[in-house]
Amino acid sequence: MNEILLKIDGKEVKAKEGMTVLEAARSAGISIPTLCHHEKLEPYGACRLCIVEVESRGWTRIVVSCVYPVEKNIIVRTRSEKVDRIRKMILELQLAHAPDSFILQDLAKEYGADRDRFEKEPSFCIHCGLCVRYCAEVKKKNAVGFVDRGIRKEISFIPEIASKECWNCKECFPLCPTEALQAAYVLMEALISPPPSLKREAEK
Amino acid sequence: MDKHIIDQIIDKHNCEPSYLIQVLLDIQAENNWLPREALERVAERLQVPMTRIQHIATFYKAFSLVPKGRHQIHICLGTACHVRGASRVLDTVQGLTGIEPGETDLDLKFSLETVNCLGCCALGPVVDIDGKTHGKMAPAKTSDVLKNYD
Amino acid sequence: MPRINSPAELEAFRRNLLSERDPNKTCITLCSGSACHASGSREVAASIQEEIQKQGLNAEVEFRRTGCHGFCERGPIIVIRPEEICYFQIKPEDVPEIVSETIKEKKVIERLLYTDPATNEKIVHESDIPFYKNQGRIVFGSNVSVDPKNIDDYLAIGGYSALAKVLSGMTPDQVLQEVKKANLRGRGGGGFPAGTKWEGSRNAPGDVKYVIVNADEGDPGAYMDRSLLEGNPHSVLEGLTIGAYAIGSHEGYIYVRQEYPLAVENVNIAIQQAEEFGLLGKNILGSGFDFIVKVHRGAGAFVCGESTALMTALEGRAGEPRPKYVRSNVVGLWGRPSVLNNVETWANVPLIINNGADWFTQFGTDTSKGTKIFSLVGKITNTGLVEVPMGTPLRDIIYKIGGGIPGGKKFKAVQTGGPSGGCLPEELLDLPVGFDELTKAGSMMGSGGMIIMDEDTCMVDIARYFLEFLTEESCGKCVPCREGMRQMLKILTNITKGKGKEGDIELLEQLSETAIEAALCALGKSSPNPFLSTLQHFREEYEAHIKEKRCPALSCKELISYYIDPDKCQACMNCLRKCPSEAITGGKRQIHVIDQEKCTKCGTCFEVCPSRFAAAKKISGEPVPPPIPEEARTIVRKSKEK
Repeated sequence: MNEILLKIDGKEVKAKEGMTVLEAARSAGISIPTLCHHEKLEPYGACRLCIVEVESRGWTRIVVSCVYPVEKNIIVRTRSEKVDRIRKMILELQLAHAPDSFILQDLAKEYGADRDRFEKEPSFCIHCGLCVRYCAEVKKKNAVGFVDRGIRKEISFIPEIASKECWNCKECFPLCPTEALQAAYVLMEALISPPPSLKREAEK
Repeated sequence: MDKHIIDQIIDKHNCEPSYLIQVLLDIQAENNWLPREALERVAERLQVPMTRIQHIATFYKAFSLVPKGRHQIHICLGTACHVRGASRVLDTVQGLTGIEPGETDLDLKFSLETVNCLGCCALGPVVDIDGKTHGKMAPAKTSDVLKNYD
Repeated sequence: MPRINSPAELEAFRRNLLSERDPNKTCITLCSGSACHASGSREVAASIQEEIQKQGLNAEVEFRRTGCHGFCERGPIIVIRPEEICYFQIKPEDVPEIVSETIKEKKVIERLLYTDPATNEKIVHESDIPFYKNQGRIVFGSNVSVDPKNIDDYLAIGGYSALAKVLSGMTPDQVLQEVKKANLRGRGGGGFPAGTKWEGSRNAPGDVKYVIVNADEGDPGAYMDRSLLEGNPHSVLEGLTIGAYAIGSHEGYIYVRQEYPLAVENVNIAIQQAEEFGLLGKNILGSGFDFIVKVHRGAGAFVCGESTALMTALEGRAGEPRPKYVRSNVVGLWGRPSVLNNVETWANVPLIINNGADWFTQFGTDTSKGTKIFSLVGKITNTGLVEVPMGTPLRDIIYKIGGGIPGGKKFKAVQTGGPSGGCLPEELLDLPVGFDELTKAGSMMGSGGMIIMDEDTCMVDIARYFLEFLTEESCGKCVPCREGMRQMLKILTNITKGKGKEGDIELLEQLSETAIEAALCALGKSSPNPFLSTLQHFREEYEAHIKEKRCPALSCKELISYYIDPDKCQACMNCLRKCPSEAITGGKRQIHVIDQEKCTKCGTCFEVCPSRFAAAKKISGEPVPPPIPEEARTIVRKSKEK
């Protein structure tokens, strides 16, 4: 495989062809914040937190480092006024959903994000997709998936699969940054197996 | 829904997973909505996970997971119709039918949807009911138009 | 159906076809596009067939249901050839008279002709009508001559001669060079040079390559592609086949919205007929070149008009876009090189091949060659589809072709580029249409939607409208679009409801930057454009809404009240009777008063108050005057003195 030389934050980095800027940075010990990234999963590019500035052939633009392939001689800046400003905004938008998430709070401290910038939203899922992707790509069970699109997008368990597989697995639970997953699981359980008191009512 | 018909539709598209959306469109056209059993049959025969079918059935607005009313009201909210006052027509229709876009009334009489551009911009505001186009609609006209449907 | 096995056979077939068609034979052509269908052209068609039969004219008179003519405001449209007599707004009841008077007696029926509003003259011939005369319909013009369900009509006007030319003596590279030389740029909104896109695919490694027609026209108010695909599907198929040959593809897809059932039907018929004739499928025209085309219907998602989302949908998945760091003409559908182009782009290809790149480049400007089809809609006299050479000033399109603003209203803005575009005010109407010129002014030409707005349109509401549309259509994958637009919509909605506050505009600008820089796809990246362009050109409206709680256009429901001026009201009872909420009190000779609690602001009273009284009015930014006391409401009519 070809070796590609690029600069990240002033440091010369040797990367292999086919690597992403995020992988190259991590291999050189340079940290870039991520939310939806996971080593065992295909890069997703949804949270946009890992944006960096890339200067190439005289043009500078913002790219998403978890999916941007390394190119020779590009100059990458993982922090800049613009990058920081946009990361702050992304965090504030996420905090409107999950203000108490530890992961988000840590990042918020670093970027000066205000958890009360926006009015609170009812759903605390931030759509990192880790649960859905883990179940599909690693466990290959497809017990949980997305439904709908845009601002109405949500995660949803498939009751028939989840009732068989999830109790003994739950490997996705620690991945969730906001515990929205755990809440969705409990809701699904409640819907497919109503408590005995409700059952008695129905049978009357 | 008759399992036989579902199988016919799947076979028409050679049981190809990439034709999933086309299969669901045909089932929707045939049955007016997508019952869960139909989705399960499609998942089984096309060998695709239920999560993918569930996502597609809710992502694309051509599909309905609940039974629809006898009459489909489509109100165009394209830019040209909007500029000519379509949102006032929508408000009046909502008031008369008691339902909002995406809903069906309890008698299963009307289903209401908003659409973006039926391509009849010259006649805006446009309301399409069961494929019949009612052009140059106004709030005052909606009551008379809806009276004709039972 | 004969199978045509060589270009020479095609020409022989065409000559034979033309010899059987008498150009002087009377032919009634009826526009059968979707807009005319909505106006009742099906009933007119039935009436014509019946009348021809009844009057025993089956042998002398031909009847052809053609593709869209473009003058949709005046449909149903009939053009009688060869004289080119053009009748508008035809009802079934008019048909017997048309057949007796015009067909048999060769007499023109005045009342069905177009009247020039400037001169009050009646115009007989289609090509003399200003709406048509001022256009340059090199692509769309063929619609009026073909029945889309009959391949013979397309062959009769020279159809498939470009394909024959290509397969009988041009190398794929020669085709590619001609398209590059013509500088054909994508007509779907992106404006990317088609030749460069094709070349990228041609040079990309791999044996399997795809060509795709993007017929998922989703911009609200744009229906050019619909009319082209419905009205002349073969022109698109021919272009697609030529493109496939140029890049080395043997499989093509047409992704068309399921909301366009007539386009789906007509393109399927066209494919079937082309296959029967040997113009599609295996060994086309005996050249050894194989190419098949499959039709995929969309299922109701605007985002699937984005090229990577479209390809994802073709793979049978939810249409979420992919990052474009590796271009889809190299890694596209199923990871293979895929050329995706818009319907209108493909339809230009046969013209370029037949007439040459030099012919094509005579139209347009330096950087925008050829013509563009626009859907001219909204507050405009002549609503319809117009095709003009690039470089035509907006003013000409709106006034010379469009006939200006109806109802004596003042022009306010022209919105182009759909939800990715922006609004331009009166001062900028001399800008020429083209890929780059409008972008510099804060808008973009886009796919061709051109919505005209007058003084009654609130620009803040327009920004809110497009954001509402986009939040409905966003795929929801990335944060800047899903969450950013969610918040932008909230803020704009609050502003239109009188709940705007200081700092709103700045926050909207910051959310805009986040979307432009960090969103996943073009939908997200361009989502702030309607807001940014209306802010740039109509900032006063935003400030009035926020600071004064006033809507200058008197449009935003929460900020206006309807009020009947007691000095002007003549108690005609018009509004009282028609008010859907029964909110108006009064009677004969009792001045009408609107109960503000019951008023739903539907605007009916305003519409129906006779203009000679003009008593019902809208007010904004000021309190509604209290109703005059009951005793003062009686009108004393002056008796007519001799």
